[in-house]
Amino acid sequence: MDLFAYLLEQIVNGLQLGAVYALIALGYTMVYGVLRLINFAHGDVFMVGAFTAYYLISKWHLPIYLVFPLTMTVTAFLGFLIEKIAYKPLRNAPKISLLITAVGVSLFLEYFLSLNSLLTPNYIGFPRPFDVISYHLGLFTITNIQLSIFSITSLSLGVLYLLIYKTKYGQAMRALSHDRETASLMGVPVDGIISFTFIVGAALAGLGGILYGFAYPQINVFMGIMPGIKSFIAAVLGGIGIIHGAVLGGLIIGLSEVFVSAFLSSTLRDGVIFFVLFIVLLLKPSGIFGKKIDKV
Amino acid sequence: MNFLTGAKRFLLSSLLVYLFLKIFFISGLFSEYVQQIILLAFIVILTSLGLNVIYGYTGQFSLGHAGFYGIGAYTAAYLGTVFQVEGLLGFWPILFLGGAVAGLLGYIIGVPILKLRDDFLAIATLGFGILIRVLLDNSDKVSELLGGSRGFIGIPKIVNLETAFWVMVFLILVTRNLIFSRFGLFWQCIKDDELAAGVFGINTAGLKLMAFTYGCFLAGIGGALYAYLYTFLHPSNFDFLKSIDFLIIVIVGGMGSITGTLYAGLLWVAVIEGLRIVLPAQMLELRWVFIPILLIGVMMWKPLGLLSRKESNLLGLGERG
Amino acid sequence: MKALEVYGLTKNFGGISAVEDLSFSLEEFETLGFIGPNGAGKTTVFNLISGITRPDAGKIIFFNQPIVGLPPYRLAHLGLSRTFQNLRLFNSLKVKEQISAPLLAAKGYGLTSAIFRTGQFETSEKTAQYKTNILLDFFQLTDKKEWPAISLPYGEQRKLELARALAMNPRLMLIDEPGAGMNPREIQDLANTLKKVKEQFRLTLIVIEHQMGLIMNISDRVVVMDFGQKIAEGLPAEVRSNRQVIEAYLGEAAV
Repeated sequence: MDLFAYLLEQIVNGLQLGAVYALIALGYTMVYGVLRLINFAHGDVFMVGAFTAYYLISKWHLPIYLVFPLTMTVTAFLGFLIEKIAYKPLRNAPKISLLITAVGVSLFLEYFLSLNSLLTPNYIGFPRPFDVISYHLGLFTITNIQLSIFSITSLSLGVLYLLIYKTKYGQAMRALSHDRETASLMGVPVDGIISFTFIVGAALAGLGGILYGFAYPQINVFMGIMPGIKSFIAAVLGGIGIIHGAVLGGLIIGLSEVFVSAFLSSTLRDGVIFFVLFIVLLLKPSGIFGKKIDKV
Repeated sequence: MNFLTGAKRFLLSSLLVYLFLKIFFISGLFSEYVQQIILLAFIVILTSLGLNVIYGYTGQFSLGHAGFYGIGAYTAAYLGTVFQVEGLLGFWPILFLGGAVAGLLGYIIGVPILKLRDDFLAIATLGFGILIRVLLDNSDKVSELLGGSRGFIGIPKIVNLETAFWVMVFLILVTRNLIFSRFGLFWQCIKDDELAAGVFGINTAGLKLMAFTYGCFLAGIGGALYAYLYTFLHPSNFDFLKSIDFLIIVIVGGMGSITGTLYAGLLWVAVIEGLRIVLPAQMLELRWVFIPILLIGVMMWKPLGLLSRKESNLLGLGERG
Repeated sequence: MKALEVYGLTKNFGGISAVEDLSFSLEEFETLGFIGPNGAGKTTVFNLISGITRPDAGKIIFFNQPIVGLPPYRLAHLGLSRTFQNLRLFNSLKVKEQISAPLLAAKGYGLTSAIFRTGQFETSEKTAQYKTNILLDFFQLTDKKEWPAISLPYGEQRKLELARALAMNPRLMLIDEPGAGMNPREIQDLANTLKKVKEQFRLTLIVIEHQMGLIMNISDRVVVMDFGQKIAEGLPAEVRSNRQVIEAYLGEAAV
């Protein structure tokens, strides 16, 4: 029965990680849906979220219920800025230029933050201004951190769904994803909605950063790279541009990563994820929820 | 055989550059370190040229180029150690094999993934590049020699000015000949309009694969040269960021321009390494803040790259006949 | 010999029937006019024949050879060629290169020849140049051969598109709306050009066109489509007075 308990525990761990990936993946998928752009700097927005939370807790000693909204506001603003300064001027340039610019933004964020004497390239301990409590439920254990990650993520997803499917901003966003030209002809304020998309995505990434910090309390300016790539793969796995795809993809990737680590080898962890990626791309590039692309 | 047709000017310039460099190298005016950087520049140019063929000419978005660079490096280093290659004579076959293995791997990977649309191809190559990195990190499980995450040490330093420079010149000529032949023409057609290219008799799948394989081959050669220049390999040298380096050189230099790649390669190495020499220690990390800003600036100013498809007359690489 | 036979050709796009159970055939050296209102599926048929799109059902036989499933470049080598409604010239190529590319694709040299510039390379390239010049001459584009193709005035770009389609020495050519936007005078010139081309290059043609004057002038037979189906077939004069055809065009500036 030990094995079974272990298995359950890994499932919980996997879902925890997956929840964070899902939050980041949502940003990628929404931006791709609206702009067909792979926002390489998104992983670094996640990192900024973690660092902002760290700063707010350690230096300003703010209570948690303030840290969340403030951090998310900071990252949302960052997302907005990045779009306005780096992507908007290149909106009609070849995609490759946008990509290089995104990489440039990513590098800039990483190295700029590493300059600050507060924030070095080294690992910094992320503070947990609360006690970690483990709940023993029969066969397995779950911590308050994990419970809060699940509940906060679910809550955010709920809010996001409302936003996307019940408000006119969300509707406009979906319209833009389908057909930008027609949408703009029908009066959708393209620039505004694009900003909106970036803002929402970045806020979620910031949230992911805080939760990640609590779950794995070691942060570092380069921490956004791998989770960024993995979350992006998660978005592709679920179907790039599709919201529930990002969520499912994130969970799958999180679970896979934890399972490989637990049952195979932790060094192979990252490799397996890319292996999964290849399978997806070769069999169904449009992802789990994606529509089959007809060759024309 | 007219391998050198139309390249007389280029050869002459190359000879002059070589002589110039040789004098400086011998006279000791350049420190060991500077010498190494100059040779690195040639290697980087060569590798970027491979990416230029894949992306600049044929329009295939590859974000995993450093993976093939790494494969070439490790293959050459491994074979060289196993066969105890110490000198130049034994080096040439190793060099070639480094390129060949990388090219072969490019071919194998290319068959399935080159069918993908550009965004997805980017992700696939990105994933592959990172996969290579992970495999290299775990390579000591396959063979102690490979070093895994500790790195591969003890490679003899065989690459010198002559080796690096003339291999680069030779491969530039080979590439030029390819580009100015019907293959280069087809590559351009594929980049312009893949559908129409197929309709007019061009085997697009085969040619895309050819470009990709050749580009990976060049990367492999570059990697092999790197191994025998720096004598130490570590998986972190062959990661995504390195792929981005090559991509930046191709983009900034101008897609589809050999000359552009040349200039950009030189520029890039000069900026990165040069700043390291010039700036005082505290400012060292600052270069990584300015380089992205510079990059973003160039992209905004000239989204198509600095040179874009024109070949400089100065180098005398000639025009398509 | 029959140049082309199409049986039961069907293609759906996401629930919309673009082409439904289409059958027709074409003798060698015939000119078939292909008409119908916008959206009738004519260009889709061209895409299906030229291998760009795969049919959901049906057979296509090209000079006694079944061709469904073959990639476009193989069809080009078999002798099938086409022009595009919206002109798909290779944007970064010069005028002469638009023509030499298909020529070199048809018959060329290998990698080693390319790299080492052997005799075979020289000969192939020279032959391609020679043939290119002939075609350029025919379409009066010789003095502009070094120009970037996209810098040509629109009318000449269309001629270039036609020249390119001829470069592979095709047996069957699909021409998609060659007369779009032309005035009656230009249409007359075009008709003459097409007839000349057909004769000189010994071609079989299928021409999609809205300009009735042109169709009636050059076609041996006409097929009419509407909503993805064939609604009439026959001699130009017959089709012109066919009730269904007239109804399909009701509201359009037809004849």
